Amino acid sequence: MAVSDMTKLTLGPIAYHWSAEARRDFYARIADEAPVDEVYLGEVICSKRAPFHEVDLPATIDRLERGGKTVILSTLAEVMLNRERKATADLAAMERPEIEINNAAGLYARGKRPHRIGPFLNAYNEATIAWMACQGATHVCLPTELPGPAIAAAAAAARDLGLGVEVQVFGRVSLAVSARCYHARAHARTKDNCQFICEHDADGMPLRTTDDRPILRVNGIQTQSESYVDLLPETARLVADGVSHVRLMPQAVDMVAVASAFRSVLDGSREPAEAEAALREACGGVSFSNGFYHGQAGYRRITAAAAS
Amino acid sequence: MSASPDTLNRATGLHLPGFARLSCLIAQPVLTRVVQRIAKRHPSMFARLGSHRTTDFLIDPVELPFALHLRPDPQALVLRAVPRHAAPRAGATIRGKFLLLLELIDSEEDGDAAFFSRDLEVTGDTEAVVRLRNALDDVDGSIAEETAEMFGPAGRAILARLRRAYPT
Amino acid sequence: MSLAELICPAGTPAALRTAVDAGADAVYCGFQDATNARNFPGLNFTPDELASSVAYAHEQGTKVLLALNTYPPAGKFDLWRQAADTGARLGVDAFIVADMGVADYIARIHPGIRLHLSVQAAASSPEAIRYYCENFGVKRVVLPRILTIPEIRQIRKEIPCEIETFIFGNHGLMIEGRCSLTNYLTGQSTNMDGVCSPASDVEYKRHEDGSMSSQLAGFTIDCFRSDEKAGYPTICKGRYRTAHRDDAYYAFEEPISLNLSRLLPELIDAGVHAFKIEGRQRSKSYVRGVVSAFRQAVDDIRAGRQANIADLVALTEGQKQTQGAFETKKWR
Repeated sequence: MAVSDMTKLTLGPIAYHWSAEARRDFYARIADEAPVDEVYLGEVICSKRAPFHEVDLPATIDRLERGGKTVILSTLAEVMLNRERKATADLAAMERPEIEINNAAGLYARGKRPHRIGPFLNAYNEATIAWMACQGATHVCLPTELPGPAIAAAAAAARDLGLGVEVQVFGRVSLAVSARCYHARAHARTKDNCQFICEHDADGMPLRTTDDRPILRVNGIQTQSESYVDLLPETARLVADGVSHVRLMPQAVDMVAVASAFRSVLDGSREPAEAEAALREACGGVSFSNGFYHGQAGYRRITAAAAS
Repeated sequence: MSASPDTLNRATGLHLPGFARLSCLIAQPVLTRVVQRIAKRHPSMFARLGSHRTTDFLIDPVELPFALHLRPDPQALVLRAVPRHAAPRAGATIRGKFLLLLELIDSEEDGDAAFFSRDLEVTGDTEAVVRLRNALDDVDGSIAEETAEMFGPAGRAILARLRRAYPT
Repeated sequence: MSLAELICPAGTPAALRTAVDAGADAVYCGFQDATNARNFPGLNFTPDELASSVAYAHEQGTKVLLALNTYPPAGKFDLWRQAADTGARLGVDAFIVADMGVADYIARIHPGIRLHLSVQAAASSPEAIRYYCENFGVKRVVLPRILTIPEIRQIRKEIPCEIETFIFGNHGLMIEGRCSLTNYLTGQSTNMDGVCSPASDVEYKRHEDGSMSSQLAGFTIDCFRSDEKAGYPTICKGRYRTAHRDDAYYAFEEPISLNLSRLLPELIDAGVHAFKIEGRQRSKSYVRGVVSAFRQAVDDIRAGRQANIADLVALTEGQKQTQGAFETKKWR
């Protein structure tokens, strides 16, 4: 049985410093093959990276739109330097495509014109969502650490206000952002002299504890989870609770296979267990987690039996 | 100049066999009076302890011949001197030099700073220790002074001498 | 010249009185629940304690700022609403907020009370700060510890509100209000529960060789040799391994505290209105030592004298201090 034919499957912005060529290939394949409805583009993490792929942006938008995808441009999570302020203001001035704002500087620049609220804007509750809605927000992506009951309450409030509601269901979680670049630091460089060392880690730079337990991933100024969030088993519940959009974050795995697994659960063409097996196969040995959704340590994997 | 706990023990004869048990016997009546009086004068501190009112703390002044067992339960308050080898299984242990521990109780020293410098060691239930620290820190005035006062001029003199004599 | 108010931490009523007596211009504190970002065991104020503390502070001419600087998860907003109403009833001088819903509520229901924007809101550009000023009437912004002094000076020229900067204490590495590291390992959230490396999940282990390891929820955060100074068991101050390095290293920051005592005149000149001392989780001893030292320094500077700052390194994490981003952007 279909979970929902109405639910949109989205692809979040690439968090890593993939080369311009890798991005072109990636989005060409997404445009042609991935069963996603909406794609977020743009540099969210590090303003130094933006010039490498900005030039391709118009062509990528065109390619994706020809493939039937809705494109949304995401703004930077951190805005401090003049170039970051300008980049944010420039995006906020655009009439189309839609934009997703990740920093209050973007809200300021956008005024009351329509926009989406990104996951870095901390839309944790009904009151905040109501405030954002009356300032022109049309859609809100909830913080990834929100537990299930809070997602349900937030989604109900947002739906009442006519907003789209989005939750990340796949990929590494953004656990922290900083003014300091930890990729540069790991290589004894500073942020201003990083020489784009982060481009070598397409899925983040792994950190292990001193007793060799994988724990985190470094992505420039961002710290991510070691595990991929996987809410495929929880997707039906999310949809029932009013979530209208489910977001996949691009990782260095076969994202077409990932999108297909989620799509098949949404349209009921595959049993969740079967889709989950396909997802596992696409992701190799990466550990999956859903602890945040269940109100537990984020890295944990709670099975359906244990959760009920 | 600083003396190691070991030197202090030798100088005072505190390391001698059998001394631990004897010191406990001598110290106990004093401890009982002290703890009962403090509990009576500062009832609000128990609220900050929360459920850790029934936790067993072992306070271990490294250079003394015995440790202290504290159970800060207002219904059945325990503070007793115990020989280390006969110490009860504690929920949390706090180790350091005696005067440092005294100064921490009185907020003359900062617990975090003593921890950073490695002069203070905490093992077991960390939350219990944090609660105890915060409960004690909200007590105005000096528990050490109050205790010394209980024993009149002799008590005050002992405390003063202790503070002068101990290396910090 | 700005007023250079000294904003001091108070984790308990006794610490509050200590800060007031040591010369604080204002103290900041929170309730014993998730409504503030130092929701630590045994710390903070009951409404009754806050009432008597406000009275004590006001008698001495010291302001009381109430931290309501966490992010209420949907379904639990009432707790923050009640905390704001209680604070207003008890006569606090300002609320320190981060969440837009909380800011909007206070701006509408308690318009007579000042709103300060918490560092947890991570407003680090003139546009972001103006957003909060224009929409919620924010009177002061607490700046993230990521800006250089020239950058602060520039921001000051472009915003309509006062600036507060941290000058001493814990040196947070991550953008405040955007960090879920603790929640990832422990299931307790910094933003929603007000905790950071909660003590209930911390364990210290002594080893035979005198070293000590710190663990958070079973993950090893660091291991200190017997001759090494220690730090808090926070994930961002931990030592980790990565493929291209032989040894474990401080991937984010080593245990270290912020100390801007030497930069006070420059900060005042840049237009900083208030100086914040971190440490609601610290003891009265810390509050007494740090507040007195900075009171003296600020008074000296205001009187045109050379400030002579007492040595505070003994109170710092890892017994090391830094001027962080304030000194140079190389820090980034």
